[in-house]
Amino acid sequence: MHSSNVRDFIQGARKSVPVVVASAPFGMLFGVVAVQNGLSISEAALMSAIVFAGASQLVGLELFGQSIPAWVVVLSIFAVNFRHVLYSAALSRHVMHWTPLKRVIGFFFLTDPQYGESERRSVGGQLTFAWYIGMATPIYVCWVMEAVIGAAFGNLIPDPHAIGLDFLLPIYFLGMVMDFRDRPLWLPVVAASSIASVIAYNTVGSPWHVSIGALAGVLLAAVLAPSQSERAR
Amino acid sequence: MSTTFWIIIAGAIVTYLTRIGGHLVLSRFKTIHPRVEAGLNAVPAAVLTTLVAPPAISGGIAEWAALAVAALVALRGNLIVMVASGAAVLILLRNTL
Repeated sequence: MHSSNVRDFIQGARKSVPVVVASAPFGMLFGVVAVQNGLSISEAALMSAIVFAGASQLVGLELFGQSIPAWVVVLSIFAVNFRHVLYSAALSRHVMHWTPLKRVIGFFFLTDPQYGESERRSVGGQLTFAWYIGMATPIYVCWVMEAVIGAAFGNLIPDPHAIGLDFLLPIYFLGMVMDFRDRPLWLPVVAASSIASVIAYNTVGSPWHVSIGALAGVLLAAVLAPSQSERAR
Repeated sequence: MSTTFWIIIAGAIVTYLTRIGGHLVLSRFKTIHPRVEAGLNAVPAAVLTTLVAPPAISGGIAEWAALAVAALVALRGNLIVMVASGAAVLILLRNTL
């Protein structure tokens, strides 16, 4: 392995630390709820290992417990994960130099924080596969292990509300939003997506508020952008 | 194999399709229209905002204080410091208010 690959891998792995910390409660919570909903430990581990998308896993579990047709459960998982289409399209521009096989592997690991950090990384220079996998590996390994731990020792976990676990990810995601404040149209995009997601959350309901809110911000940016560049000229 | 097993497999497939799908669509185009480019540049702020706004609105004083402190820290600190300080405020207020 080339030494710059090793360096990139380690730099990527460093970026995984806050993600591992903030998502650990959810990884374990998933394991706990999975067993409560009748999954075996190996089924819980399998789901974390091959779906690898926290919110959609919990939504799936919620529906397993009820007598809901299988295709509705799968559709719900798809709905919760639909935002990844936007990540995938946006990241596309930064990974064209990867081989097709690396892209096939890389996109499997495209979680929210993986996307956010990859966007930041590609501003400073080239987004390398070594860096990307360096960040993804600890997150993935811990995520699967947490499902097993949660499933095996579920009743040992204290009240998540009292120690603030349920709100860690919103705090983390707010930090990521703040990190992109230098981008053009940041404030109007954040305002549009906030308003649209809150309205959608209270009308259409979860999980569609994510896709609807995101599209509102993206469309606003698409509409406003050319007029801004013309003004600059 | 149980129904649960097959739901997990199908859930994994549709999830992967969302993760590769945007790339498969975009890689078919040689050039990207400026409006599309601007829209894609807005993706991080737009999507991540929707993961914050609804829980923030439905929170109380403890949650709002935690987010306000975290946002201030985010202006200069790194992510770990930000998450830690937000969590500290949240835990303190939830257990005292």
